[in-house]
Amino acid sequence: MSIIKVEGLSKVFGKNTKQALKMLEEGKTKEEILKLTNSTVGVNRTSFSVEAGEIFVIMGLSGSGKSTLVRLLNRLIDPTEGKVYIDGENLAAMNKKDLRRVRRTKMSMVFQNFALFPYLTVLDNAAYGLEIQGIDKVERNEKAKKSLEMVGLGGYLEQLPAQLSGGMQQRVGLARALANDPEVMLMDEAFSALDPLIRKEMQDELLDLQETMKKTIIFITHDLDEALRIGDKIALMKDGSIVQVGTPEEILVNPANDYVKKFVQDVDRSKVLTAFNIMKRPETINIDKHGPRVALERMKEEGISSIYVTDSKRNLKGYVTADDASLALKADLKSLVTILKTDAPTVTKETLMNAIFEISHNSTVPITVVEDGKLLGIIVRGAVISALAGQSEVNRNHA
Amino acid sequence: MLNFMENIPEIPLAPYVSKFTSWISDTFAFLFDPLKNEFGDGLEDFADMLAAVPPVIIILIVALIAFFISGKRIGLASFSLVGLLLVWNQGLWEELMLSFTLVLVASLLSIVIGVPIGILMSKSKAAESIITPILDFMQTMPAFVYLIPAVAFFSIGMVPGIFASLIFATPPTVRFTNLGIRQVSKELVEASEAFGSTGAQKLFKVELPMAKPTIMAGINQTVMLSLSMVVIASMIGAPGLGREVLSALQRADVGTGFVAGLGIVILAIIIDRFTQSFTGKKRV
Ligand SMILES: Nc1ncnc2c1ncn2[C@@H]1O[C@H](COP(=O)(O)OP(=O)(O)O)[C@@H](O)[C@H]1O
Ligand SMILES: [Mg+2]
Repeated sequence: MSIIKVEGLSKVFGKNTKQALKMLEEGKTKEEILKLTNSTVGVNRTSFSVEAGEIFVIMGLSGSGKSTLVRLLNRLIDPTEGKVYIDGENLAAMNKKDLRRVRRTKMSMVFQNFALFPYLTVLDNAAYGLEIQGIDKVERNEKAKKSLEMVGLGGYLEQLPAQLSGGMQQRVGLARALANDPEVMLMDEAFSALDPLIRKEMQDELLDLQETMKKTIIFITHDLDEALRIGDKIALMKDGSIVQVGTPEEILVNPANDYVKKFVQDVDRSKVLTAFNIMKRPETINIDKHGPRVALERMKEEGISSIYVTDSKRNLKGYVTADDASLALKADLKSLVTILKTDAPTVTKETLMNAIFEISHNSTVPITVVEDGKLLGIIVRGAVISALAGQSEVNRNHA
Repeated sequence: MLNFMENIPEIPLAPYVSKFTSWISDTFAFLFDPLKNEFGDGLEDFADMLAAVPPVIIILIVALIAFFISGKRIGLASFSLVGLLLVWNQGLWEELMLSFTLVLVASLLSIVIGVPIGILMSKSKAAESIITPILDFMQTMPAFVYLIPAVAFFSIGMVPGIFASLIFATPPTVRFTNLGIRQVSKELVEASEAFGSTGAQKLFKVELPMAKPTIMAGINQTVMLSLSMVVIASMIGAPGLGREVLSALQRADVGTGFVAGLGIVILAIIIDRFTQSFTGKKRV
């Protein structure tokens, strides 16, 4: 179910907003409109929806309108035109009182430069949103403490923000946003001010937290790697418009236009593509029906030196090599059981390619992709290399 | 060209202002008279009360406070101790209490009036563009010009002194309050709003605390300007150290004038350090 639905949302900064909107309809560019009307197009007629529980990344170069768009979602900036539905309520048409209610209970925000109150302790910072709601001190401190513990800052309650490192400060920002248990979290370049190592740590932590919290997160970044790492969906922005919305793989594999293609061409595919993307349908034989003779024939047909063995329900049993199969044939063995090898390398369909690369390097047989004991596919070494080089077709629609 | 100017009759600006002033003083007499009488009496009573406390006690209390607000260093404390003892020794203690009363009450009123105006300015562009030139005007006018309407409204004594001081000394508090609030980082204001703050919550929980050091710097200036009115206000009969300076001036009595002036300087330094210590510099 989508929790946020945005329809034809625009923001024009400046005086001639009506005129600028009309020019947008006529297809004039942001640059032309700035020249003609002296108004800046911040966001240009965007429509999208966000599903409950997903991390929706909005990505784009600096000035592309990300911050404006995210501020339209909680109406820190009033839209020039369009609708923003949160849980079915149109925020854009709300009175002040309702708007405050939505901000207090449904959505909270994490800021690029942390935006902590320097005169308040870590605990009081985290409790700010609750204090605003008029929740009494005992209860709000308890809740704030809990969310600080979630981000690993349980031991810093009485410190002032200035006494903490950047990464820790942003944890406080995160805790403050979590404390009032919102449905939606808006994070505007929340990790961009942190140095790369800390940043990665925070990304991992956010993903960990998300495992248990299942919040809807709108995450803004200008960094494609970050977007690909944490996004369930990515919206790519340019000059105020959303150019493409899709899963990380869709964006990489199926760029909507040249702009997106250029944007993603430098990306390290090994960090994005998964086993699912590069596996192929395996040749198998059935241990319940087939013996060494069939195995050998099948291998000859396919020109391979080993073959995977499953049972009738496609549960992976192991593999046999051509050498073993012909020895077994000579010994007149009927069953594959005695020559079955079970040391095949195994990954899940979510395993990232950089991990697969390591495994395939050390293995003489194809890697198996297994889910619940069932063989989904295999990955041959060549597939890894060509996918890394961006040359091969890859599987889409990651289930 | 010169002829041309001669043909224009002089605009009767001065009579207009006089008329306007007396109109105000007549129309608002119901307001000014009780201020003049009751408020004036109250001020004198307060000063008397201070003077009735044995000076040693006040001096020790001031020195003690000085010790603590200067981070337990003895510089300011010993200066306060010696300075105040000297004033006492010179027989100017009562005058000191009167001057202190004038500065205290004038400053408090300036703050009570100035901070809300500053807040209003920070919230409204229109208010800012109307009030800024008025503040400029108030500050560029020589201070003793305000004595004239002050006398017209409140005759002579401490009350017109405070009135003149208000006009002269309030602008820094207004300006710095406006500046302080406008300087609060945009992200912090957004953070406050994003969590659903009302306007008042935003003001009291974020903007004023963030602007506090700046506002305190403005208040410090206001207090110092009020203090400078101590001498000027003595021209319209405000009692205190200023009156001693003035009468010494009229008698060309250098010695007495210097001693009373020294008393003012001592008061000024102590008040300045005390108000500066509240600017919140110590907190990170
Ligand atoms: N308050 C504002 N007034 C005028 N123009 C603005 C304002 N805020 C943003 N803009 C303009 O809107 C565009 C989008 O800005 P922004 O949303 O901050 O981009 P991003 O966050 O992607 O870097 C830019 O061209 C910027 O100059
Ligand atoms: Mg931005």
